Amino acid sequence: MIGALDSLVLVPMVNWDNLFSDIPGHTVDGLTRGAIYALVALGYTLVYGVMRLINFAHSEVFMVGTWAVLGIYTAIGAAEGDPLWFVIIATLLALIGAMLASAGTALVVERVAYKPLRKKNAPPLIFLITAIGCSLVLLEIFGQVLKVFFGEPFGRKPISIPSLVKTRQLIGPNGALIQTDVVTITNMQVIVFFGAVVMMFALDFFVNRSRLGRGVRAVAQDPETAALMGVNQDRIFMLVFILGGAMAGVAALLYTMQFDGTKFDVGFIIGVKAFTAAVLGGIGNLRGALLGGLLLGVVEVYASTLFDSSWADVTAFILLVLVLMVRPTGILGESLGKARA
Amino acid sequence: MSDAIELEKDAAPSGAGAPTKDREVLLSVDHVTLRFGGVVALNDVDFQIYRGEILGLIGPNGAGKTTCFNVMTGVYKPTSGEVLFNGKQIAGRKSHKINQLGIARTFQNIRLFPELSALENVMVGCDARHKTSVIGAAFRLARVFSAPDELYSDNAFKRRYEKTLGLSRHIYEERIGRRDALQLLRFVGIADRANELARNLPYGYQRRLEIARAMATDPQLLCLDEPAAGFNPAEKEDLMGLIRRIRDRGLTVLLIEHDMKLVMGVTDRIVTLEFGRKIADGLPAEVARDPKVIAAYLGEPDESASA
Amino acid sequence: MSEKIDSETDTAGDITIEPERGARKQSIIPGVDIVKGLWSRQSKATRLVIRSVAIAAGIALLVYLPFLNILPFAQVRTDLSPEGSSWSAVLFQVVVYMIVAVGLNIVIGLAGLLDLGYIGFYAIGAYSVALFGSPSSPVTEKIANTFNLSTGWAVPFTACIPIAIAFALMFGVLLGAPTLRLRGDYLAIVTLGFGEIIRIVLRNLDITGGSAGIVEIPAPPGPEITNEYGSRVGLFNRLDHEYWYWLALVVLFLLILFARRLEYSRVGRAWLAIREDEDAAGLMGVDALKFKLWAFAIGAALGAMAGALFASHQTAITPNDFQLNLSFLFVAMVVIGGSGNMVGALLGAFMITYLPERFRDLQEWRPFAFGLALVLVMIFRPQGMVPSRRRAAEFADRKHEAEEAATDV
Ligand SMILES: Nc1ncnc2c1ncn2[C@@H]1O[C@H](COP(=O)(O)OP(=O)(O)O)[C@@H](O)[C@H]1O
Ligand SMILES: [Mg+2]
Repeated sequence: MIGALDSLVLVPMVNWDNLFSDIPGHTVDGLTRGAIYALVALGYTLVYGVMRLINFAHSEVFMVGTWAVLGIYTAIGAAEGDPLWFVIIATLLALIGAMLASAGTALVVERVAYKPLRKKNAPPLIFLITAIGCSLVLLEIFGQVLKVFFGEPFGRKPISIPSLVKTRQLIGPNGALIQTDVVTITNMQVIVFFGAVVMMFALDFFVNRSRLGRGVRAVAQDPETAALMGVNQDRIFMLVFILGGAMAGVAALLYTMQFDGTKFDVGFIIGVKAFTAAVLGGIGNLRGALLGGLLLGVVEVYASTLFDSSWADVTAFILLVLVLMVRPTGILGESLGKARA
Repeated sequence: MSDAIELEKDAAPSGAGAPTKDREVLLSVDHVTLRFGGVVALNDVDFQIYRGEILGLIGPNGAGKTTCFNVMTGVYKPTSGEVLFNGKQIAGRKSHKINQLGIARTFQNIRLFPELSALENVMVGCDARHKTSVIGAAFRLARVFSAPDELYSDNAFKRRYEKTLGLSRHIYEERIGRRDALQLLRFVGIADRANELARNLPYGYQRRLEIARAMATDPQLLCLDEPAAGFNPAEKEDLMGLIRRIRDRGLTVLLIEHDMKLVMGVTDRIVTLEFGRKIADGLPAEVARDPKVIAAYLGEPDESASA
Repeated sequence: MSEKIDSETDTAGDITIEPERGARKQSIIPGVDIVKGLWSRQSKATRLVIRSVAIAAGIALLVYLPFLNILPFAQVRTDLSPEGSSWSAVLFQVVVYMIVAVGLNIVIGLAGLLDLGYIGFYAIGAYSVALFGSPSSPVTEKIANTFNLSTGWAVPFTACIPIAIAFALMFGVLLGAPTLRLRGDYLAIVTLGFGEIIRIVLRNLDITGGSAGIVEIPAPPGPEITNEYGSRVGLFNRLDHEYWYWLALVVLFLLILFARRLEYSRVGRAWLAIREDEDAAGLMGVDALKFKLWAFAIGAALGAMAGALFASHQTAITPNDFQLNLSFLFVAMVVIGGSGNMVGALLGAFMITYLPERFRDLQEWRPFAFGLALVLVMIFRPQGMVPSRRRAAEFADRKHEAEEAATDV
């Protein structure tokens, strides 16, 4: 009887050795993974902070960015093994392209879908369903519509994107930038992590220090008063979508660097994770998004080494619930209005 | 702090204390302080409400009147101090528990249930005293046999059926609720639009509906937060009558109001707050003469503003 | 309550439904005015007769639907083209999703709780029947081994249903108790996570059959019949889907009755009050957490019943049958029809299940069309297809009763 119950126990095997044998390495992996979550989380957090709206279409804003990267690489004929100067130019072009594509998509979603709803004063639930609809439309544009017109690479199959920096030798072999006894850190990891962090601080600076950023904070804090003070609410909404979209574009480039490919539904999981990260850190809070993203990334990597990769998502959500139990508004609390600079 | 207490001592012998000595304290706000971060919204506020009186709570905007309501009704937990209702500590309890103990309130910025009809808004209040829950509503097993006659159906056949098999408690409470809710709507004078959605009601109706809804929970203490805001003089006159009639039904009323004429006309006693402190407590006539109150209302800037 | 009534303000005698609203209501479809006029001129008895006949005819039509083959109505069938799916099976699926819609409408439409993980409860219901009812599931095998039961032992279908409901209630409360304290938007992400976790856990564990899932899920009990190939089979078999459809229909009717009773009661009013303004509801004596938990748990139980029917009809399920996308589909059903409105939810469930089946030839284009339709419907009709005027309508019906009660006192 006891024996029978024993095997019913739900907890999977815990493999401590796996984790402790390479904590630094796993941490670096986790931070790289989390940096992308954090960048995408910024989009959720900005829009939520200002409009109190979960923009479920944001995952597809990210997805469009990855396709833009593919488009640019294809257009300029970038391939693995190109010379360094070309790689740098290609990457910069891809960065700009992805940011424009994602920001543009976000803006279109806001203008076409959300603005009419705001005009009609629709309840939040309606925004949510519309966002899900937008998500589907964007998904299917890449998964179906464009395929009908242009054929491959559009469609539902995964598609690879040339990895320009991943294996490039700068210092160490196999793209290793820093190699010690304890840990190996690759170019790609450095670019992804610092790229994300730099973008995030730039955004934080913009929101907290610039005149437009002040408008964003004013609308976030008190839309009516902000409107009375002459802040053009509509423009602020557009700005927020553009900023969030641009960050998702950066994330898209970094993602393709890390995973060398994309797929029409690549945004779904990233989107869910990023949203989780945003809530974890305190939605509406830019630094919360960074913290939440990195924490989530690290916890996921730890969990997949402790148990096995199929439990990573479960661990992530359990972490979220636990954090919300203790701090109902996330680790850093909600705030976009209150400058924390 | 010592300032406020002294003032109260000043006021007590000259009138307010004398007639209230033998009266029962219904609610006592006992040295309540509430801080929001650096803001001290209530600073050692201390006053009593006696059963059966109409107490005015006045003070300039931002003085902490609404916050005081919020502490009394469980929206905020005071940083320190107690709120005693019928001698029982209620500060920090859940709102619905406090309501069930007998405190009901209205809101400064109207907070009705906009998609529910006026009648239903009031019935939500009536429901506070009822017991039907999920099982009872779905399966209707509990029966009531001794309902007042008017609660049975008009239809002779149904009536006989209901009398022999009893009313389910759900139907019984539903009919009682509807009857009481309609009575209350008539009492506040808006029964002619009972079936309209609350959000479609005119402003004055919405204000009265809030009062009816609060009264439906059958409170001992009714707290009205600026019920006359936005009213014209005729409507204010009406409202004064209504408040008196509420008191005549045996309720104690705590009234936040800016209109001095209304406050002076209807209250038995007035507590004045300024910057979260109590600056006066006494009969309307005394308070009206109080230089501190006059200064507060003339908006004289003073150092405590920065506190 | 005191009986004191102010005679001057005693105006309850002339309670009317706001004429302006009524007028606007009627102008949407021109014919409605005439029908309403005719209707109001009938005597009470006539109305009763007409209403009964209409209801009987409606039920008869629903029961007859699987055999509907009269042109041009037969165009609604989904099996007109060779690759179409069985018409009765589609009807069954429609009704199962209607059960989902009834349950989710309580959670989202009435109580205003944005539950994006409803698929989790659907899965729990399905797996309860599968794990306890299938003789080849790891759970039944384990139980059989432990207690030395004969091989092939399994819990009968009828006993699986209470198990499914119990599990759903348990998980509903387990998930709800900590998370329903959170603000609405947080609930969305936490429930979303829950829905996904359920699927992952089902896939990862051996005891739930892993990614291969469970086969040999039992059917509801029923007399044996001879099928078209002359063999003796149970009433609920893989070929005669109309029995499944009728069974689901009965379950749906019972659940609608159940949900309606709750909706028009103290409980339903509490849900609506919470949806409209939770803080104000609390201050009016509504124990918000308790009623939210009830809504959540009842929704969970209804979702589980739908899942149980689904699994039993499928006879085999895998974790992949419970993708998160289905959760969004469920929410869309409730919202498209008109949130908070049961008729709307049913209509939404019908459209979202039926239309894709009817236009199967357009297979590849379905998700795109669906997404586009969602956006367009929401932009042009944010109140849903059947807007929630139900409250006003309800009181129009009860106007008479209300007047009586008022004048009696
Ligand atoms: N939730 C809150 N957070 C921070 N400050 C608050 C909060 N609620 C009230 N206050 C502050 O408390 C003070 C008293 O406000 P209030 O009670 O609304 O005044 P009034 O007397 O006009 O009703 C104000 O300075 C207000 O800014
Ligand atoms: Mg106030």
